[in-house]
Amino acid sequence: MKLDETRNIDQFNTGILPTWCPGCGNFGIWMALKNALTKLAIPNHDTVIVYGVGCHGNMRDWMHVYGIEGLHGRAIPIAQGIKMANSGLTVIAVTGDGDCIGEGGNHFLHAAKRNPNITVIIHDNQVYGLTTGQASPTAQKKLETKSTPEGVVESPFSPLSLALVAGGTFVSRGFAGDIPYLTEVLGKAIHHKGFSVVDVLQPCVTFDKIHTYEWYKKRIYTVNPSGTKKEALEVSMEWGDKIPLGVLYEEQKETSEDIESVTTLPLIDSPLGIPKRDGLLRMFI
Amino acid sequence: MSAGTMLAKAFVRRGFHTIASNEYPSLIRGGHNVITVGVGSQPFHSLYRTVDILVALNKETIQAHKKELHPGSYVVFDPKDQSLQTSDFPVSVQLISLSLSDIVKTLQADVIMRNTIALGATIALLGSDLSILTDVINSQFEKKGKGVIDENIRVAKAGYDEIKKTYSFLQEYYLENPKQIEEMYVMNASEAVGIGALDGGMKFAAIYPMTPINALISLFADHKKDLGISYIQPEDEIAGVNMAIGASIAGVRSMVATSGGGYSLMVEGISLSGITEVPLVIDLGMRPGPATGMPTWTEQGELLFAIFSGHGEFARIILAPGDVAESYLLTKLAFDLSQAYQIPVFILTDKYLNENQWCVAKSIFVSPKVPQDGKRIAKDAVLTDFKRYDLSPTDGISPRSLPGMKDGLFISNSYEHDEKGFTTEDSTMRINMEDKRARKVNTIISHFPMPSIYGESESQITFVSFGSTKGPILEAVKLLQEKGITAKLIHFSWIYPMNGNKVKELLKNEKRLIDVEGNGTGQFAKLIMQETGIDIQEKLLKYDGRQWYPEEIVERIRNLDA
Repeated sequence: MKLDETRNIDQFNTGILPTWCPGCGNFGIWMALKNALTKLAIPNHDTVIVYGVGCHGNMRDWMHVYGIEGLHGRAIPIAQGIKMANSGLTVIAVTGDGDCIGEGGNHFLHAAKRNPNITVIIHDNQVYGLTTGQASPTAQKKLETKSTPEGVVESPFSPLSLALVAGGTFVSRGFAGDIPYLTEVLGKAIHHKGFSVVDVLQPCVTFDKIHTYEWYKKRIYTVNPSGTKKEALEVSMEWGDKIPLGVLYEEQKETSEDIESVTTLPLIDSPLGIPKRDGLLRMFI
Repeated sequence: MSAGTMLAKAFVRRGFHTIASNEYPSLIRGGHNVITVGVGSQPFHSLYRTVDILVALNKETIQAHKKELHPGSYVVFDPKDQSLQTSDFPVSVQLISLSLSDIVKTLQADVIMRNTIALGATIALLGSDLSILTDVINSQFEKKGKGVIDENIRVAKAGYDEIKKTYSFLQEYYLENPKQIEEMYVMNASEAVGIGALDGGMKFAAIYPMTPINALISLFADHKKDLGISYIQPEDEIAGVNMAIGASIAGVRSMVATSGGGYSLMVEGISLSGITEVPLVIDLGMRPGPATGMPTWTEQGELLFAIFSGHGEFARIILAPGDVAESYLLTKLAFDLSQAYQIPVFILTDKYLNENQWCVAKSIFVSPKVPQDGKRIAKDAVLTDFKRYDLSPTDGISPRSLPGMKDGLFISNSYEHDEKGFTTEDSTMRINMEDKRARKVNTIISHFPMPSIYGESESQITFVSFGSTKGPILEAVKLLQEKGITAKLIHFSWIYPMNGNKVKELLKNEKRLIDVEGNGTGQFAKLIMQETGIDIQEKLLKYDGRQWYPEEIVERIRNLDA
């Protein structure tokens, strides 16, 4: 593919129009993702996006890449399998707060621990939109939803704190209402070699009348990466009057593909058949 | 390596046939552990319930295995553990007093070496030369150095010499040398599944530990660098099956292995591989359930679970090897089948096959065929308007591209989808896509291999079975022959989808069908009923966690003498 083609953002459109609610934060995330891939000159056929199940996952039909719509909560394991098989591909998991932190919480933690070279984008809107507005694990205390008519009683998870504690090597946050800045953060996350997490604050215009674009705009501010994980952890727990955006933490570490790599070629290109077969069979004599 | 495996390898190297079983409770140390080894000059397919030589390393062993002795059995015991008289036994046995603890003391050896003394003694009781054992000790401890080798040989020799000195008059169980010597391996079915997977082109395995498939993990984990494969220990079985699906979408042959409980967690993933038409191989090692059940024992209880698992309706293939050779061959085949049909393929194994050590002819493993990719599009193919889920193939199998190919883009979609993978809820497309996937079932059935038939064509009794009951039934057929009763076995290792019409033709004229299964509800008989309409009335079912023994099968056949 020629450079001008890879730089063409239209390659990422299938021609199917999004069905998200007008004003949904998902539009901003989709736009920023297409921008970031275009700027990085990654062609659509070298990109695999694995979606969870939720409003975010509907992106599969209008995003023109190799798409995998998996099961609720299981996008991250599929993404790891893809990357392990063909490390030459750019692999992104597009998930939601319910998908990634609720149903798939264990996978999120263990992937961070393993450090595969994949990017996880969390469409974080505090609610389950597709099932018409129940509370998600990131829902703030007292938020009234279909499943919490008297308000959420538990404290929310911070996806950023979880990612940091579990070993994520790139931990960041963006805002669906600021596409240029989100493009920048997503670009850095995809470029990062290792497990990168982008928690995207995403207003749900239908089921959450509290956390609106205006609500976030009054509170967000940008930060630079912290020098230590401990400092980053402190920043990750900030919420309320001030909400940090940006890359909170980044480190270079061996990826799971580096560690597991058994041949110089990606697994997909290594020849079928077993080397040293006779040696293996000698075990059984 | 357990003492049982060492004994098995020692004899197999000299051309004998062996089976070694290992029974143990779900504990790491302690509890009552039993190793049973069968040795024969002729091929045999199962251990027998009766024991010729019982070697007791403690008091409990005598009590636990008394009832397995027959008149003339030898009982080797340590007089320091207990004093025994022949009158302590229900049948007349030959007592052999061997003071393991005294020998250990005299040799100033480690107490754990009692096992090795017992091995030496056993070799002597079988009338074999000690060198048969020292050969195995030499290769087994090669890496640990000469010191360890010499110590093991010294201790084994002490046991051997003690028997030769005191009990050389006992020659009842001296083995005849085998007339025909075939070169053989000793392995368990998990290892055979592993070699089959490797020869089948497998490059990626994601396996969460679970009895009885842990030997497969060791094989892959110990040798992955040499084998050029990737083995990952996932955080749970759900992650494992989804990782394997991911690797498979990317074009790498992948597998998972587990038991019933782990498979319960994977079930949603199997449904995903069904709708996305992703090749996947599952080694489902059965053990008694429900829930944790009896984790270190055996059962054939997951047959119908595997066939009906997963929400929605989709094609799958179920294979159930009857022995270790079939475990290798069918696993290798499973990879080609999953590629050819783009579906999940199951290998139903169980604890009995997976953790026993079996001898198997080396010739089974020679010159593996190059794995077949099915309808996979070449990497550099020029594609226009590519449809990953093309509806037109009459066999239901659409050609497959892989991520990275320039014009092969598709969505591998867990939602119902159109020919390119885009989500659809359209009524016609739904029907067409379900029909396309269902057409694969007809394609598979048209290639259905018939069951294997062992024994005379005209017989008074026809056993019907699947999977690992094969061995004990083959031996039961021999026992029946000795009683003058003709019997044969129709054994299924290719289980599902079944060609019901052909199987009905095969079964309908048999005089007396007897179904033998390792579960409590006759699952295979139900499947036969569903596919052929034939209701097998006589069922021998066993679900105590133990394997079938040939004597037991014969005993449980009604009106045998009538």
